[in-house]
Amino acid sequence: MAVHVDRYLRLHKMPHIWCPGCGNGIVLGALVRAVAELGCSRDEVVVITGIGCSARTNAIIDFNTFQTTHGRALSFATGFKLARPEMKVVVVTGDGDGLAIGGNHLIHSARRNIDITTILINNSIYGMTGGQHSPLTPAGSYATTAPYGTLEPVFDACRLVEGAGATYVARGTAYHVVLLQRLIARAISHKGFAFVEAVSQCPVGFGRRNKMRTPSEMMRWQKDHAVTVKAAAGMSREQLRGKILIGEFVNRNLPELTEVYGRLIREAQSRPGGE
Amino acid sequence: MLTRYSIELNHAWCKACRICVDFCPKKVFGVNESGRAVVVNIEKCVGCTLCELWCPDFAIKVEGSEQSGEAS
Ligand SMILES: Cc1ncc(C[n+]2csc(CCOP(=O)(O)OP(=O)(O)O)c2C)c(N)n1
Ligand code: SF4
Ligand code: SF4
Ligand code: SF4
Repeated sequence: MAVHVDRYLRLHKMPHIWCPGCGNGIVLGALVRAVAELGCSRDEVVVITGIGCSARTNAIIDFNTFQTTHGRALSFATGFKLARPEMKVVVVTGDGDGLAIGGNHLIHSARRNIDITTILINNSIYGMTGGQHSPLTPAGSYATTAPYGTLEPVFDACRLVEGAGATYVARGTAYHVVLLQRLIARAISHKGFAFVEAVSQCPVGFGRRNKMRTPSEMMRWQKDHAVTVKAAAGMSREQLRGKILIGEFVNRNLPELTEVYGRLIREAQSRPGGE
Repeated sequence: MLTRYSIELNHAWCKACRICVDFCPKKVFGVNESGRAVVVNIEKCVGCTLCELWCPDFAIKVEGSEQSGEAS
């Protein structure tokens, strides 16, 4: 049977504040079960968030947590990880928090290959502030700031962080929750900067403006548009148009920042006068 | 027929989103007058636990084991 998530929740925060059918709860569940699957105690894990609905994860999850400023969770996480390299550091962010205001922190954390797991909940919109478009709002979709449809192309978040230097990169969806849990578990075990994009639904800020009236319709969209990396290998560019790739894209080993940094400190201290 | 699985629903947490109703592969769930999930077909449940993994509000627990069913 599945690990019951309520053992890892702050029960006085339940029922949580997320809207009916919001994908954030599904991603939170996958994270908790991934940690349980790895056999980590909750004391070994710290969850750091910025601002947004996704950031509310750490009001609910009963791990070590702290909520920081908008877009800056990775900066706090970098400081935390360098000071406490033995901890498993997980950042949960949104497409606005992580890619708009926080985009710079994301690419530089990836470049440094610091051992932090980042879960970016991509719900295509700024949920918390009422449905403004984000760098991941698909072109042509409606938002409060795009009443005639968005004009801008989107980032491919996974390719962006891969290009910036991340050593583990994967994408899952709320619908593909079993896969999502597996990818998060692998990301947490990975030594280096690990990034998991969780395609998710914001029924209130995105779905109802974009002809998806119910949470289930949004999850059906995920089901119908997702193609696994394996299946995609045998498909043409034409067949892949409008689809989202899911699975593991990158899994490589490169020097990790806290290790390199630890080595430097030990070396410096072993020199005469270094103590 | 012996039921192998049982489902515990926490109505204090359920937000009536219908995800379990729409996606359970065996159509085990229906809704009550407030729109919250209720179990209507427990004998069809195959224990896949997907409803528990999908419920965004942690309102579902699937319990039971293959053994208790098979042992009889
Ligand atoms: C410096 C700063 N600018 C703007 C805001 C307002 N703000 C709060 S949440 C948010 C967007 C969050 O969007 P996203 O990261 O996609 O998260 P979601 O709510 O969809 O989970 C914004 C712009 C803020 N809190 N701080
Ligand atoms: S506004 Fe959207 S992202 Fe925020 S809790 Fe509601 S459904 Fe979830
Ligand atoms: S998925 Fe959960 S919250 Fe939604 S209707 Fe079913 S039990 Fe209720
Ligand atoms: S365990 Fe599977 S079959 Fe049983 S109710 Fe849940 S989703 Fe349906």
